[in-house]
Amino acid sequence: MAKEKDTLLTLYETMYKIRRFEEKASELFADSLIPGFVHLYIGQEAVATGVCSNLSDKDFIASTHRGHGHVIAKGADVKLMMAELFGKKDGYCKGRGGSMHVADVEKGILGANGIVGAGQPLATGAALACKKKKTGGVAICFFGDGASNRGTFHESINLAALWKLPAIYVIENNYFGEFCPIEESCSVQKLSVRAAAYGIPGVTVDGNDVMAVREAAAKLIERARKGEGPSILECLTWRHRGHFEGDPADYKPSEQQEEWLAKDPIPRFRSHLIDKEKIASETVLEIEERVNAMIEAAVEFAKNSPDPDQSGLLEAVYA
Amino acid sequence: MEERSIWFSQAINEALQQEMRRDPNVYMAGEDIGPGGAFGVTNGLIDEFGPERIMGTPISETVILGHAVGAALAGMRPVVEILFSDFLFVCGDELINQAAKMHFMFGGKAKVPIVVRCPSGAGVRAAAQHSQSPEAMLINFPGFKIAYPSTPRDAKGLLITAIRDDNPVIFFEHKMLYWMMGDVPEGDFTVEFGKADIRREGKDVTLISWGQMVNTCAEAAEALSADGIEAEIVDPRTLVPFDKEAVLASVKKTGKVVIVHEAPKTGGFGGEIAAMIAEEGFDYLDAPVVRVGAPYMPVPFSPVLEDAYIPSSDTIISAVKKLF
Repeated sequence: MAKEKDTLLTLYETMYKIRRFEEKASELFADSLIPGFVHLYIGQEAVATGVCSNLSDKDFIASTHRGHGHVIAKGADVKLMMAELFGKKDGYCKGRGGSMHVADVEKGILGANGIVGAGQPLATGAALACKKKKTGGVAICFFGDGASNRGTFHESINLAALWKLPAIYVIENNYFGEFCPIEESCSVQKLSVRAAAYGIPGVTVDGNDVMAVREAAAKLIERARKGEGPSILECLTWRHRGHFEGDPADYKPSEQQEEWLAKDPIPRFRSHLIDKEKIASETVLEIEERVNAMIEAAVEFAKNSPDPDQSGLLEAVYA
Repeated sequence: MEERSIWFSQAINEALQQEMRRDPNVYMAGEDIGPGGAFGVTNGLIDEFGPERIMGTPISETVILGHAVGAALAGMRPVVEILFSDFLFVCGDELINQAAKMHFMFGGKAKVPIVVRCPSGAGVRAAAQHSQSPEAMLINFPGFKIAYPSTPRDAKGLLITAIRDDNPVIFFEHKMLYWMMGDVPEGDFTVEFGKADIRREGKDVTLISWGQMVNTCAEAAEALSADGIEAEIVDPRTLVPFDKEAVLASVKKTGKVVIVHEAPKTGGFGGEIAAMIAEEGFDYLDAPVVRVGAPYMPVPFSPVLEDAYIPSSDTIISAVKKLF
């Protein structure tokens, strides 16, 4: 039982860490400390957290331009992430990538990605590498409803199904691709049905219920590890913010927004822990304080990190 | 090392075979490569390595290229075949936005050791979508290395170097060269990237070219020699990295340059080489730098028209003679 409780608390900690990291990033972006574009994952934390809770370092993930949540859930260091968002020398990519290119290949993070749908072939290839090297690893590809309309989706899943690769394609259906509602972009509204075209399982879950995501992903990951091939997991969720920071998101109907804010995965899981699992609220508070301190430390680290040297401009173009 | 005369396509096959024997992480993926591919280059490899390592794919250039990037990040060394270099545009994102940039974007912490083999160039009556020479535009995207052999020997040596390189390498194979015979060392043999080959020595004019056009330049040089003009032929062998020093040294010696490539002259890599010579070797020149390339148009189908499109030894000869 103790182990189960630890798992629940770890899930909460991860979701809360993603949320705090991004709330902080939003503030810092507004204060012009973070340059460029920032795409926030706020509201979707249960998806990355639930899926990645089944993974270890031998497994891979491919992420998106909205990638902070995925990489944190896969174990990325928030200090190095924050420094990268600042464009600093100590960032994950030494200031060469920024928010849309955070990567840690050693930890199986094949990178956030600035191109919608580009992670699909990458995860497919990483899954092939797992199979060839017989590591028992799997590759998870996170992407949105918008990216399920890319040609990369079809080519990747067809190949993965053909070669029985250990890949799970996780569609985070947040009902909007950039500014465009799903009704205007997808030929079907339930995206997991697309799995039928490849003869593979397609499952839809409540993407704001971290336990439901974790369990659904566990089954698909398990069958992938056993050599039974790829699958599609559609997680129904909602991005609270605009497509990027600065987008007022006027295109989102306010009733729908209200309805989904009430289903926020973090307070929802918090209540579950305290009310249903009978975890002391002090224990939860303790986690929150620890995470808050961790995020503050990450911001300090980023602020104190030097800018990259201009004399090193040409570094790392070639290996 | 023992050498014997083999075809250009056999030289590539041998490089693939030897590298796959040496390194279990090397595998091939591409359309119809099991039965040998459109030009028979991979003939027989499936018999030795099986479908696990000679992986036939669907007609899906995007995922052929894109999966290779993911597999390379995860520790493999894929060699993918894109059936015609014209199809590189089908997987443009995977090539240009992913493969070429990842090492840099990730702060030097990730490697993408893939080789993209692609039959290229005109001459086989394949018309506008199967005959292009797209090297110049790819050179403008930093992150690739680009090899373009002109002999069976270089094909083998450059391909082995490409497979061992930790960067994405685009390996152009001119279709008209597949049936060229030449002496090739039997065993493990590499040709260094960024090191030009002086294909012919001469004191009067420098011809700079790569791929099949090197052979057209060689024909032109023989005819020019009969007229008392000794041309030096510089074949850079890799366009990225580019052996600037060898070019400048030759220009210093001859004072006259003609750059020859099969791609349209406008926007071709010849313009970049000419500009480099103007910036760094102006004092060596005793005549304007001349470029020979195809006209600014798609590759035509009819043999009569295609022959008029591709730069010929006669075109090169007349371009050279104008300098004297």
